[in-house]
Amino acid sequence: MSKNTIYINGLGSVSIQEQSRNFDLSTMLEIQQGINLAKQPSYKDLMPPASLRRMSKGVKMGMYAAKIALQESDIKTPDAIITGTGLGCLIDSEKFLELLLENDENHLTPTAFIQSTHNTVGGQIALQMGCKGYNFTYVHQNSSFESALLDAFLQIKGSELENALVGGIDEVGSSTYKNLQIAEKINTEEQLFESGVNAAEGATFFFLNKEATEKSYAEILDISIENTMDKNRIETFLSDNNIAIQEVGSLFLGSCELAVDKEYFSSFESLFPTAEKVLYKRYVGHHHTASAFGLLLAAEHAQKQVCNEKYTLLYNQFEGKDHSLILLKKC
Amino acid sequence: MQERIVITGMGIVSAIGTSVEENLEALLKRESGLGRLSLFDSIYKDQIQVGEVKLTDKELEESLQMDLNDNYTRTTLLGIYAAKQAVENASIEDINDCRTGLISSTSVGGMDYIERYYTEFATNPQVVKYITSQEAGASTDKIANYLGLKGYVSTISTACSSAANAIMMGCRMIKSGKLDRVIVGGTDALSKFTINGFNTLMILSDSLNSPFDQDRKGLNLGEAAAYIVIEKESIARNANRAILGVVSGYGNANDAFHQTASSENGEGAYLAMEKALTMAGLESNQIDYINAHGTATPNNDLSEGRAIERIFVDKVPYFSSTKPYTGHTLAAAGAIEAVYSLLAIGHQKVFANLNFKTPMEELNIQPQTETLDLPLQHVMSNSFGFGGNCSTVIFSKA
Repeated sequence: MSKNTIYINGLGSVSIQEQSRNFDLSTMLEIQQGINLAKQPSYKDLMPPASLRRMSKGVKMGMYAAKIALQESDIKTPDAIITGTGLGCLIDSEKFLELLLENDENHLTPTAFIQSTHNTVGGQIALQMGCKGYNFTYVHQNSSFESALLDAFLQIKGSELENALVGGIDEVGSSTYKNLQIAEKINTEEQLFESGVNAAEGATFFFLNKEATEKSYAEILDISIENTMDKNRIETFLSDNNIAIQEVGSLFLGSCELAVDKEYFSSFESLFPTAEKVLYKRYVGHHHTASAFGLLLAAEHAQKQVCNEKYTLLYNQFEGKDHSLILLKKC
Repeated sequence: MQERIVITGMGIVSAIGTSVEENLEALLKRESGLGRLSLFDSIYKDQIQVGEVKLTDKELEESLQMDLNDNYTRTTLLGIYAAKQAVENASIEDINDCRTGLISSTSVGGMDYIERYYTEFATNPQVVKYITSQEAGASTDKIANYLGLKGYVSTISTACSSAANAIMMGCRMIKSGKLDRVIVGGTDALSKFTINGFNTLMILSDSLNSPFDQDRKGLNLGEAAAYIVIEKESIARNANRAILGVVSGYGNANDAFHQTASSENGEGAYLAMEKALTMAGLESNQIDYINAHGTATPNNDLSEGRAIERIFVDKVPYFSSTKPYTGHTLAAAGAIEAVYSLLAIGHQKVFANLNFKTPMEELNIQPQTETLDLPLQHVMSNSFGFGGNCSTVIFSKA
């Protein structure tokens, strides 16, 4: 396998925050209890109104974040588009299902069905940009985005691709989220559940390239995803990359600060007693691809660092599953 | 040189059988598994043909000796059933004896149970457990747990090309050195959601589907699951496992033409086949058989047929679609047809394309309509999906 390096050269997001990048932890909004909707940007600056009317919320958010990430990298068409989503295009899925049930399978139209497939956002971006390259969508719960990132990482490293547009998208679907509140998986404004999260939505995209530019945020050194966790894995992961534990200066953690996953995060943190830590879900809320926003914050943080701190490590898991590690190096 | 990636196990459950052997027998006997919908009620049940797996959820649970109180959906049960077979077929005793991953695929996840209980979640505490089964990855997690697999577990959903894409990512994980072995495939149960969705697109046939026929009327939906075990050749050889075939090339491209329809000249399909041939280091005339996507929709067969004519120019290999046997099994189709491609190689047979009568006016080629004995070295399998997603995998004789 060749030793290509992989750089994050552009990023963009739609989240509960006001802007799409350049975040400052001290001024960022914090998540509210319950369900939080993403702040919708002015889409008409970036997309023609005729196509906007046909787009669902997830497609709009994804398209916008993708365009910002590419704009920043001065790239028109990427070689590949790889996305991750936990629940896919929920709004259209619910719309089609609800009409189906209400009308007993009568009077249905195809639009909602067409837009309900999990790869709608990736497909629509390809269509808009005329990108005939590789196009994958990962849908594996809380490692959906990490799976997409790993795919791009391996292809650039293995010289299958020179660059890739990678993103995570999840939208709030009112019925599904209400059901998840019934299942006590999402808090309500009134009630905190033992394993309830404060949920949100958003889209975050990255442009990855094998060449660094002056604008590069960080280098992605390695990614690891496993369905279970043992403590030795972190040390092995770092030593495989020839990095000592004390060289990791900051941690970005996908913790929902729940009792059920506390032990995973506290045992992780205990390995890095002096590292700075950021619990990014405080600023983006929980959704299956919230870790994409975590990577955005970590990449911006890495770029701004002036001291000797070279490495940033991201760790995400949910309910003891989908444990992912992403290792960044300052450019 | 890159070590070869070999296939050492396969498992399948489809409308034509609950084992690899049953599926082979039906293919050779030209027996279709299509029939009327019996799994659930639908206003279309007397108008459409579907490919149902002939086992109820309860029968699946019992044969797998599973906890009936858990929240297994039919998609999950079919997936576990086929994945277990694949692992057994490869004679793997300890799933974690080398770095093993699982990459599954599904189109609508647990929609079969979500649609059943959607209106009851607020009032019936007994069905609340199914709410989280909506996540597409939930079925994959349960398959991994059943197999006792600890490692990389992921799920792909690119509509009808999903399982072909799972095979590709599995190969990538091995080539990069991240894994030694991956169980790859897909699972999809029939649901009202997909039946109605395809019905609104007006591409469901009321009769048996007839791929590449001038008078084709559309597709029949099916349900199925299939998985193959892919390994680094050295691992397979050290364990003395039978090698069923080699993954020699693959490619994915986007048609970038329309969200659901394929371009008339089949640009995405052409690019996917071209990429796969390049990776395999093969000339187009070295392909002996194509297991086509061939859904029997007017649009797919024209687009795929044109792409095949373009890439193979004057020497188009034997080709057939096996959708008349199983129906279109959506996210599982790429895995079902991977198993059929490997059976074609293993038994040196080209399977017959059923229900074909009249060649298409727009094409100069027609599918193989009789079972054929033929020396097969390289078999190409095509899978195309919504979102312009086009995938090709080439399997070769070891």
